[in-house]
Amino acid sequence: MIPPVRPKVNILSQELVHKIIDEALILLERIGVFVENEEARTLLAEAGAKIGQNGQRVYLPPDLVKSCLEKAPRTIHLYDREGKRAFLVGGDEVHFNPGSAAINFLDAETQSLRPPVTEDLIKLTRLTELLPHLDFQSTSLVPSDVPQEIADSYRLYVALLFSSKPVVTGTFRRESFKIMKDMLVAVRGSEAELKAKPLAIFDACPSPPLKWSDLTAQSLIDAARCGQPSELISMGLTGATSPITITGTLVQHVAENLAGLVIVELAEPGAPVIFGGSPSSFDLRYGTTPMGAIETMMIDMAAAQIGKELGLPTHAYMGLSDAKIIDYQAGLETSNGALLAALAGINVVSGPGMLAFESTQSLEKLLIDDAICGQALRLIEGIVQRDEPMALFFFEQQGEWPNFLAHPHTRKWHRQEHRYFPILDRNTYEAWVAAGRKDIAQRAKEEVRRLLASCSPSLPPLDILKELTSLMNREASLFGLESLPFSA
Amino acid sequence: MEKEKIFVLMSQAIIEGQQEEAVRLAREALELKLDPAEVIEKGYVPGIQKVGELWEKGEYFLPELISSSEAMKAAMAILEPEIKKQDQGLRARGKVVIGTVEGDIHDIGKNIVASMLQASGFEVFDLGADVKLEKFIEKAEEVKADIIGLSALLTTTMIGQKRLIELLQQLELRERYKVIVGGAPVTARWAKDIGADGYAENAVAAVHLVEQLLGTKRER
Repeated sequence: MIPPVRPKVNILSQELVHKIIDEALILLERIGVFVENEEARTLLAEAGAKIGQNGQRVYLPPDLVKSCLEKAPRTIHLYDREGKRAFLVGGDEVHFNPGSAAINFLDAETQSLRPPVTEDLIKLTRLTELLPHLDFQSTSLVPSDVPQEIADSYRLYVALLFSSKPVVTGTFRRESFKIMKDMLVAVRGSEAELKAKPLAIFDACPSPPLKWSDLTAQSLIDAARCGQPSELISMGLTGATSPITITGTLVQHVAENLAGLVIVELAEPGAPVIFGGSPSSFDLRYGTTPMGAIETMMIDMAAAQIGKELGLPTHAYMGLSDAKIIDYQAGLETSNGALLAALAGINVVSGPGMLAFESTQSLEKLLIDDAICGQALRLIEGIVQRDEPMALFFFEQQGEWPNFLAHPHTRKWHRQEHRYFPILDRNTYEAWVAAGRKDIAQRAKEEVRRLLASCSPSLPPLDILKELTSLMNREASLFGLESLPFSA
Repeated sequence: MEKEKIFVLMSQAIIEGQQEEAVRLAREALELKLDPAEVIEKGYVPGIQKVGELWEKGEYFLPELISSSEAMKAAMAILEPEIKKQDQGLRARGKVVIGTVEGDIHDIGKNIVASMLQASGFEVFDLGADVKLEKFIEKAEEVKADIIGLSALLTTTMIGQKRLIELLQQLELRERYKVIVGGAPVTARWAKDIGADGYAENAVAAVHLVEQLLGTKRER
């Protein structure tokens, strides 16, 4: 039997990959990076980086960057809340998760965007838990019904309560990390166990061009010290915060991410890092950041190829759309992104569920996107030779007109060879009319309601639930919130 | 060169965003002893107006808009000191204090608006990003501004726009200034809710808004 080929797309020549990396190293050495965080600057200076006149610009020698690259692990294992199921992040493994930290929610009833509330966040978290092609959870919505000061930890609290999947999260406030870490430790039982079995990925975004803010550099340091992977989310906007050319943007992207990696590896040698990003083609008419633009996806694919060349796990913001409702554009952009991400072998793909750039989440879209992700994952399984010979035996056994449908061979292989996505309409026209002529958004709305009503929440054991809740209550009361919007 | 001919070239330089050419023509005009106020009004202003029209038609994108307004500003920088020197009293169309509110470091959008307002003949005091609310008022009082423009990109910092209006009310200064707001999450509805005087969707619309608020609309 001939082993299957995993479909794979490389968008850059090897020569160009190296050219981009080399120029990024020059950029870090000559132009340097602006680091607002004092502890990070101290670590960098102690490791031999030069600090500029103004005290905040840091110039990184190429040797320092290279030695830090060697310390970073090539692969990471994330574990679910129960500490049982492991997910390999590395190689060409692909894991989808909902796009995170949306500030709007598409209300299925009104078809309008509105600020999300706790109930929406719980539903989205529970739905993600139930969808088979989303391996990771994310702190997907920023709820508007709790004080902004506790929003970071509250989002994580809901994720840990209602889902067992590893969670992609992050901090918008420097102070949030401690309580978030306490929650993760509460789930694992000890700091050592959390380090041994990472549960959360912390997104950390440099500010283009070439700057790590106080908040994000602190997140890198904090996450490194408790063994949770930092996802480096460089996000140049072509022509606005990075060069208009794709290669120019890539050089800056690589430089920003490498500076972040150096901070992580100096804070804790060997700490896990994911080479990620949310770069975007900047729309020069409207000043918007279209995540569904094919050029955005080209930058993502190229960045991932470079990340792989550097020996790092990879991430991208793909599988999302700029459409405002669940329409044709939403489907095409999401599908382009998910398929290309899978073909590029990007390890962590954030985006499903999202609309309107990175601003909006939708339950119904998330459900449909799960089918898109499922198809992308099916595609990269490739075409497998199941048997030898492959067709001849039918005719040898049954003559010129074999009964394929009734043959045991069909029953044996049909579910491996062909996948079914019930949300997609593959029925006849008559059946579609008889079922009420519903489009995919309507069907998704009903299916979301059915799923959430028929499945009970995936809660943690009672002692962990209690501990998480007492941590959250304490934090909430610090900011004047005497009771949470829901009780677990 | 004939006056009318040089005016056409000036307008052309602005439309094409040729900064060096715009500056060269401004210098030439001074050498020819042309009236700098007339040069701005008849040479350069028609250019930037055309740029605004091309933007509104969807033919010009941000790079064209910005390079043209930069060319305009460069030419004005040559001509304005001459007008002041001749003590004609600059026909400033109004003073705008602008900045991104505290806690927010995003300033691309604000920069475009500031640049376009300046290019359209307003005196602009750009305070930058992450600006303390008190600072806006301090500056507005100092320069006797007509307009305060507040930008915010984050939903978490938008609230600063509301607070500035409240602050003006507390200081009994609300009537003295027109307050305009903008930024990605900002909507006309939000502007209305917080009692701002106006909201504009983009930089060209912002120029129209300011003209409308100050009653200084130019003839097209």
